[in-house]
Amino acid sequence: MSSDVMAIRTAPVADRPWVETLHSWVTTVDHKRLGILYILYALLFLVVAGFEALIIRIQLIHAHNDFVSPQVFNRMFTMHGTTMIFFVAIPILFGFANYLVPLMIGARDMAFPRLNAFSFWLTAFGGFLLYFSFFGGSGLYGAGNAPDVGWWAYAPLTSRAFSPGHSSDYWTVALLVAGFGSIGTAVNLIATILCMRCPGMHLSRMPLLAWLNLVMSGMVLIAVTPLSAAQIMLLVDRYLGGHFFDTQAGGSATLWMHFFWIFGHPEVYILILPSFAFVSEIVPVFSRKPIFGYPAMVGASVSIGFLGMSVWAHHMFSIGMPSYTNSFFTITTLAIGVPTGIKIFNWLGTMWGGKILFKTPMLFCIAFLAQFLISGLTGIMLGSAAFNWQLTGSYFVVAHFHYVIVGGILFALFGAFYYWYPKITGRMLNETLGKIHFWLFVLGFHLTFDLMHIPGLMGMPRRIYTYEPGRGWDTLNFLVTLGAFIQAIATLVFVANLIISYFKGPRAGNDPWDAWTLEWSVSSPPPAYNFASIPKVGSRRPLWDLKHPDDPDSRYE
Amino acid sequence: MSAITTPISATPPAWNLPYRGKVGMACLIIAESAIFTIFVVAYLYYAGKSLAGPTPREVLETPIFYTICLLSSSITIHFASRSLEHGKRGGFLVLLFLTMLLGGLFLFGTGQEWHRLIYEHGLTISTNLFGTTYYSLVGLHATHVTVGLLMMGIVLIFAVAGRVGQEQSARIEVLSMYWHFVDAVWVVVFTVVYILGR
Repeated sequence: MSSDVMAIRTAPVADRPWVETLHSWVTTVDHKRLGILYILYALLFLVVAGFEALIIRIQLIHAHNDFVSPQVFNRMFTMHGTTMIFFVAIPILFGFANYLVPLMIGARDMAFPRLNAFSFWLTAFGGFLLYFSFFGGSGLYGAGNAPDVGWWAYAPLTSRAFSPGHSSDYWTVALLVAGFGSIGTAVNLIATILCMRCPGMHLSRMPLLAWLNLVMSGMVLIAVTPLSAAQIMLLVDRYLGGHFFDTQAGGSATLWMHFFWIFGHPEVYILILPSFAFVSEIVPVFSRKPIFGYPAMVGASVSIGFLGMSVWAHHMFSIGMPSYTNSFFTITTLAIGVPTGIKIFNWLGTMWGGKILFKTPMLFCIAFLAQFLISGLTGIMLGSAAFNWQLTGSYFVVAHFHYVIVGGILFALFGAFYYWYPKITGRMLNETLGKIHFWLFVLGFHLTFDLMHIPGLMGMPRRIYTYEPGRGWDTLNFLVTLGAFIQAIATLVFVANLIISYFKGPRAGNDPWDAWTLEWSVSSPPPAYNFASIPKVGSRRPLWDLKHPDDPDSRYE
Repeated sequence: MSAITTPISATPPAWNLPYRGKVGMACLIIAESAIFTIFVVAYLYYAGKSLAGPTPREVLETPIFYTICLLSSSITIHFASRSLEHGKRGGFLVLLFLTMLLGGLFLFGTGQEWHRLIYEHGLTISTNLFGTTYYSLVGLHATHVTVGLLMMGIVLIFAVAGRVGQEQSARIEVLSMYWHFVDAVWVVVFTVVYILGR
């Protein structure tokens, strides 16, 4: 790799009218700008869905609370779940993938830039459509309302009789549209990773982030599509009088559950794999060691991809499946612990004997490791059919999956923000505010989700809008709500940090972390064309080779 | 430090990666297969579970002729794309048109069958589970045939205008992949609906 990779910083800082700037962002097909749009869009919905979570928690702060009505409570948990999964987690991870994958594999853009823009706008309009239900849910017949069928929308809740008006249709169409957007992005990512790598970037030299996004995209192709198919069936039922999920005419409510969870469980892996990707990039850089066991990491990722497709019915143990089915899904669910364990050991192996720098990105990754391990352990508990029968539908389950999504995915995402913000904006995030954010969030997270397990074990069911006093749930619920507010404050610190550092942060330079992957070889922010000349790589750490020509990695790989 | 040295060859090996169009289409085909799988599963799961008639045994007739039309269109588009690859634009135009004709015939056959089912047997999408699953599955396939015909129509317009040459053959190859997929799906749908489902 030659030094002309260091791109020339083009700076046309001349003031352009804001309409022109806006127009250039709306019509952009640049993967970096689309990545930023994805991330900003997801952050907007993160705040919205966070408010919905706070409404849920305020309602549950003490027994017999009447902060919101039961109907509003149902809408809030439906919208919170749907928004967080489809319009926060997926877009934000796609945003990072969009931004980073072409830069990391030495490409100038994604394989299909216009498909990329199309996919983003599909996802964006899907989100707006979902929220338009607040105004248009009942169509012309009266005041609007949001869907209240839960994010899994079990039949027959979605049938015309139980869900009049159009609120469920907004849910269906929003997810259908956003689903097509996800499929478009997945196609694009796979084509980019397989066809656009720079010379020398063999699959065996690809950064783990690209590998994990490749596996994730493969899962999107076969996991999001069943949901799209089921949504089409639901629309046929609701608008054309079909009987797919109409139990009165021989249809099956169970089939909907299968179709939903064939999507729903792989979805968790679709979200966690990119989070693994962030951790796999951040941990080596802040341990000052190359990743431990690269081939094992790749193998584990691919096997999580395969195993993740065959565990969905562990969400349905309580519906009364044959014992063979229960055993099968218990075994596959427990088997996922093996490749996941390999990953955890490899991250620990990377840190072992390394010169660990406790910067904010690394702090979030270390917390990720501990919390993801715990969430995996409760996952194994719930994956066992016998245990599941006891605790399914309780707050234990809510605590478990929030431990995965907040403790795992969100912590890795925060780490990614602190790590790549300098690349995206050209300025460093404030380290002090970052540490305040980290410690506040850790405190709030553990207060909320550690304690939430206990009312679950004591029998508190999920989705209830209030509860009787004197069951021993009161104090715990109060503390859980308190923790939720601490997390909200921590998130405000984070948002403040993003905004303040954008204007006041110190200049980052090309490579503030002394890292090893290609995105750090270009200026921050990178020029529109990414690389002045397409780089050539000879190892997994091309920048190490460049910085240490006397002892390059390519000599040993 | 280890003393291993890797010899650096004077001419590095050529860096060849697959064509992104083909990879993209292959991904789309995988995604579409998953959608069809769900509809096929629903069809098989509900086969024989309708609470009221008409049943598939009573009303369905095997569309042998139109199936042959659709399957042979796979052959014509294959040779169309081969002709373009070899620069024979006339042959390409004729074979592409023939493909569209065969696809159109198939679609006409589906329309005829639906017309017969609706007007003679009173089977609509809301009649019973068979109607719901049959029209959805066959309709989903017919939608894909229609999309394929539209794409070929666009190519045909450009080809007649003389804008499609040898340099576009890789793209036509991508279109042909899609069409082969639509045909392969029909083999599955045919087996499920007209053989297993009866």
